[in-house]
Amino acid sequence: MSPRVKQIVGLVSFAIFAVVVLVVPAFIGAFRAQQLAYVGIYLIALLGLNILTGYTGQISLGHGAFMAIGGYTTAILMAGNEQYGQEGVLAVSGGMKDVWTIPIAGLVAGIAGLLFGLPALRLSGLYLALATFAIAVALPSALKRFEEFTGGGSGINLFGIPELTAGISPVEIFGRELVFNDWLYYLCWSIALVLFGVAWLILRGRTGLAFRAVRDSETAAVSSGVSLAQYKTLAFGISAAYAGVAGSLFAIATTFVNPDTFPIALSIFLLVGVVVGGLGGLAGLVFGAIFIQFLPLWAQGEGVFSRLPGFIVDRTKEPGAPAIIYGVVLILLMFFLPNGVGGLFRRVGQALTRWRYSRTA
Amino acid sequence: MLAATFADFMQQVVSGLASGGIYAALALALVIIHRSTGVINFSQGEMATLCTYIAWTLTVNHGWSYWPAFVATLGFSFVFGVATHRVVIRPVERGNVLRVVIVTIGLLIAINGFVVWQWSGEPQALQSPFGTDTIDIGGVVISWQDVGTILVTLGIVVLLWLLFQFTKLGLALRAAAVNPEEARLVGVRVTWMLALGWGLAAVLGAVAGMLTAPSVGLDPQMMQPILIYAFAAAVLGGIDSPFGAVVGGLTLGVMLNVIGVYVDFVGAELKLPVALLVILVVLLVRPSGIFGRPEVKRV
Repeated sequence: MSPRVKQIVGLVSFAIFAVVVLVVPAFIGAFRAQQLAYVGIYLIALLGLNILTGYTGQISLGHGAFMAIGGYTTAILMAGNEQYGQEGVLAVSGGMKDVWTIPIAGLVAGIAGLLFGLPALRLSGLYLALATFAIAVALPSALKRFEEFTGGGSGINLFGIPELTAGISPVEIFGRELVFNDWLYYLCWSIALVLFGVAWLILRGRTGLAFRAVRDSETAAVSSGVSLAQYKTLAFGISAAYAGVAGSLFAIATTFVNPDTFPIALSIFLLVGVVVGGLGGLAGLVFGAIFIQFLPLWAQGEGVFSRLPGFIVDRTKEPGAPAIIYGVVLILLMFFLPNGVGGLFRRVGQALTRWRYSRTA
Repeated sequence: MLAATFADFMQQVVSGLASGGIYAALALALVIIHRSTGVINFSQGEMATLCTYIAWTLTVNHGWSYWPAFVATLGFSFVFGVATHRVVIRPVERGNVLRVVIVTIGLLIAINGFVVWQWSGEPQALQSPFGTDTIDIGGVVISWQDVGTILVTLGIVVLLWLLFQFTKLGLALRAAAVNPEEARLVGVRVTWMLALGWGLAAVLGAVAGMLTAPSVGLDPQMMQPILIYAFAAAVLGGIDSPFGAVVGGLTLGVMLNVIGVYVDFVGAELKLPVALLVILVVLLVRPSGIFGRPEVKRV
C-alpha cells in the first residue's frame, strides 16, 4: 500500500473504532462498562509505554511508578493532605474537581519522567530496565514512609467527597443523564481516543522519525544529527505524562489510592501488554489493553473461558490454576504471535495487498 | 562498649555475607543466562522455589535426610533447566529479545501457579542441615546456618569456576556464549551448550532456594524479593561478569544489613529502596556495573 492509501485506511478505521466506542455503552451493563473503562485506562498507559519502548527502544519496567505519581497527584489535589499533618509548601488543602486534576497529573508525571530521563541517558538496555524497575519497587515503601504527604499505608480515600468525584450521583452531559460507570467509560475512552490521535501525530512527524532512528541505531542517529539526549529525554517525558494521565483516571475509577494500588506487577503487565499488542504499532495496543484487563478474569474460568467443557472450567477454580493458565497463554502468544497482535495486522495487510496486486485480471 | 559495638557490627557483616551468598548464587544464575541468551530470566526465582519444594517433598513425605535430598534436587533442577531451554526458550530465541523476556515472565506466573496448585500457598518448614547452634568467635556470635550458607555457596561458585575455566566443556560453554557462529564452525554444539547453561543456572537457583528456605520459611513467594536483590547484585557487578555477580551479591547482602540496622531514617521499611538507590548512583558513575566492560559496537 502506498503511504497515502495507508493513511486513509488508518483514518477510516480510527473513525469506525471511535463510533463503536461511542455506541457500545448502549448495549452493555454498568459492570461491563466499568471493565471497559479500565481497558481505556490501560490503553493510555500502553500508548505512552510504546512511545518509549516500541518506538525509541528504551525498556521501562517501571511505568507503574509514573502511573502512581499521576494517581497520587489527583488524589492529593482532590482530598488534600493537610489532614495527615503535611505542612509547608507541600501542604495541599484539596477541593479540586476530579476532571481538572487529570491534566495536572499528566504534567506532574511528565516532569518526573523528564527528570528521570536525564540520568537514564547514561544507561541502556538492561541497566535502564533495572533503573526503572528499581523506581517501581521502591515507590510503595517510599509512599508508606512519607505518610504526611501521601496518607501512608492506608492511602487516600476519594469516596467520601461525592461533590468532587461526580460519580456517586448521576452526571448530566448534553442534557443526558449518565450513571457513574457510563460516565467513567466515556471519560476514559474520550481521553484515550484523543491521546491516541496525539500519539499518532507525534510519531508520524520528525519527532517520531528521530525516535525510530534512536531505536534502530544510536550511532547512525547521532551521525544524522539527531540529538540522543534531547529525544530520549523527550520520549521519557511524553511517555510518563501518558502514564500519569492513566494513573489519574485509575485513581478516579477506583475512588481511592494506596501504596498497593500501583504494585510492581502492574509495571510488568504494562510491558507484557505492549509486547502482546505489538511493539512499534498503535492499533494493536487496544488488544494489549484488553489482554491486561480480561485475561486474569478469563483464566479464572469466566467470560469466554466459561464456554469451555465443564471439567476444564472446574479445574480453573482450584487455587493456582488461573496463574498456570495465564502464564501458559502468555507463552503460547509469544510462540504464535511473535510481533504481537499489531504484527498480525501487518501480516494480514501485506497478504491482502499481495493478493490484490498479483491477481491476473 | 566499643568492643561490644564492634562485635555487633561484625555480627551484622557475617549474617549479611550469608544472605549475600544467596544473592550471589542467584545473581550468578542470571549472569550465566544473560551471557548465553542475552536476556534476564525473570522466572529464575520461581524455578528455584519449585526445586526447593521438591527437596521439601523428598525430606518430609519420603523421609530422606537433607543432603541426599539436596543432591537429588540439584539433579532435578539441572534437567528442569535444560528442558526449560529446549521447550520454551529455544522457539523464541530469534528476533526481539523482549519476546524472550515476556516468555520468562509467563514462566514466572505459570510456575508460581503450579507451586500453589501442587503444594498450596501454606508456608512450610524445611529443616536446616546446619542446626540452630551458634559459635562465639571473640564476642561475635555466628550461627552455623550462616557459616554453612557461606561455605556452600562459595563451594558451588568455585566448582562452577573450575568447570568454566579448566575443562573442555567449560571452554565450549564460554565459546557458545561469546561467539555462537564461530563456535559452531569449530564443532561446538551451540544450542546444547546454551541449554547446559540454563541447567547450570537452575542448579545455582536451587542451591539458593534450599539455603534460603530454612531461615525464612518455604512459601510460593519466597524467592521473589531475593530475585530483585539478585537482579540488583548482577547489575551492580556488571551483568556479564560472573566475578562481579559474586562480589555484587556479597556487597549487597552486607550493605542491606548494615544500612537497615545503623541508619535510623532507613530502618527495615526503606532497606530495599535505599539499596536500589545506591545501585542507581553506582550505575550513573559506571553505566556497565563495577566489573562490567563497556560494550563496544562496530557500526
